[in-house]
Amino acid sequence: MKWVRVGALLLLVGFLMGAAAWMHPFGRPPLAEMDGYFILNAQAEAGANNVVTSVVFDYRGFDTLGEATVLFCAVVGVALLLRKVTK
Amino acid sequence: MSVVVRTVTRIILPLVLIFGAYVIMHGHLTPGGGFQGGAVAASAVALLAITFGFQRWKRTKGSLSFLEDLGAVAFVALGFLGIGYTFFRNVLAGAGGLFGAPVPFGPNPGWLNTGGTLPLMNWAVGLKVIAGLGAVVLLLGLFGGGDDR
Repeated sequence: MKWVRVGALLLLVGFLMGAAAWMHPFGRPPLAEMDGYFILNAQAEAGANNVVTSVVFDYRGFDTLGEATVLFCAVVGVALLLRKVTK
Repeated sequence: MSVVVRTVTRIILPLVLIFGAYVIMHGHLTPGGGFQGGAVAASAVALLAITFGFQRWKRTKGSLSFLEDLGAVAFVALGFLGIGYTFFRNVLAGAGGLFGAPVPFGPNPGWLNTGGTLPLMNWAVGLKVIAGLGAVVLLLGLFGGGDDR
């Protein structure tokens, strides 16, 4: 039983080392059509120099709406749990 | 809290608020935006509440909740501005009016009057995050009934 655990640990460590060794080079993402489109056209289309903001609030506005909803739900949950109960 | 903490809070509070407003306001130019700047400014609420005691801010919760709703409604309303095309379409960008100046390609020259609806949405989300996180901090602090000054 002990050797099974050691073997599993070795396997995990080996997997992680291999993943680190054959990791994709940092800062050079694989070619994607979407990335190129955003980088080339986002500034002209959204009119903002910050491409990240133009993605967050313009191209993926629904995602931000979801984030805002999550925050709203968190606040509502806290307010609901910690309210003063009066009978 | 002690006089040291109170003095430092009085000095540092305007700077925290200014930095939060800066991060929100320049969301379409520099890294940051509504969420990040709102979190920065909400830390000012936490600072105030911890320094001067939570009990003093009991009444503030209601107005903070109202501000959060206002931010959410403003955000959705700005999304509905572009409903003629699609939801969340940036109708003000490049139109020449409010926030409508065209931008050059490349690094930003720091023109605030760009971005269309993005700065307005940043302000809406920033208001929402300030009020939401502030309300959460006040609620959590008031829950213990703690006023450990």
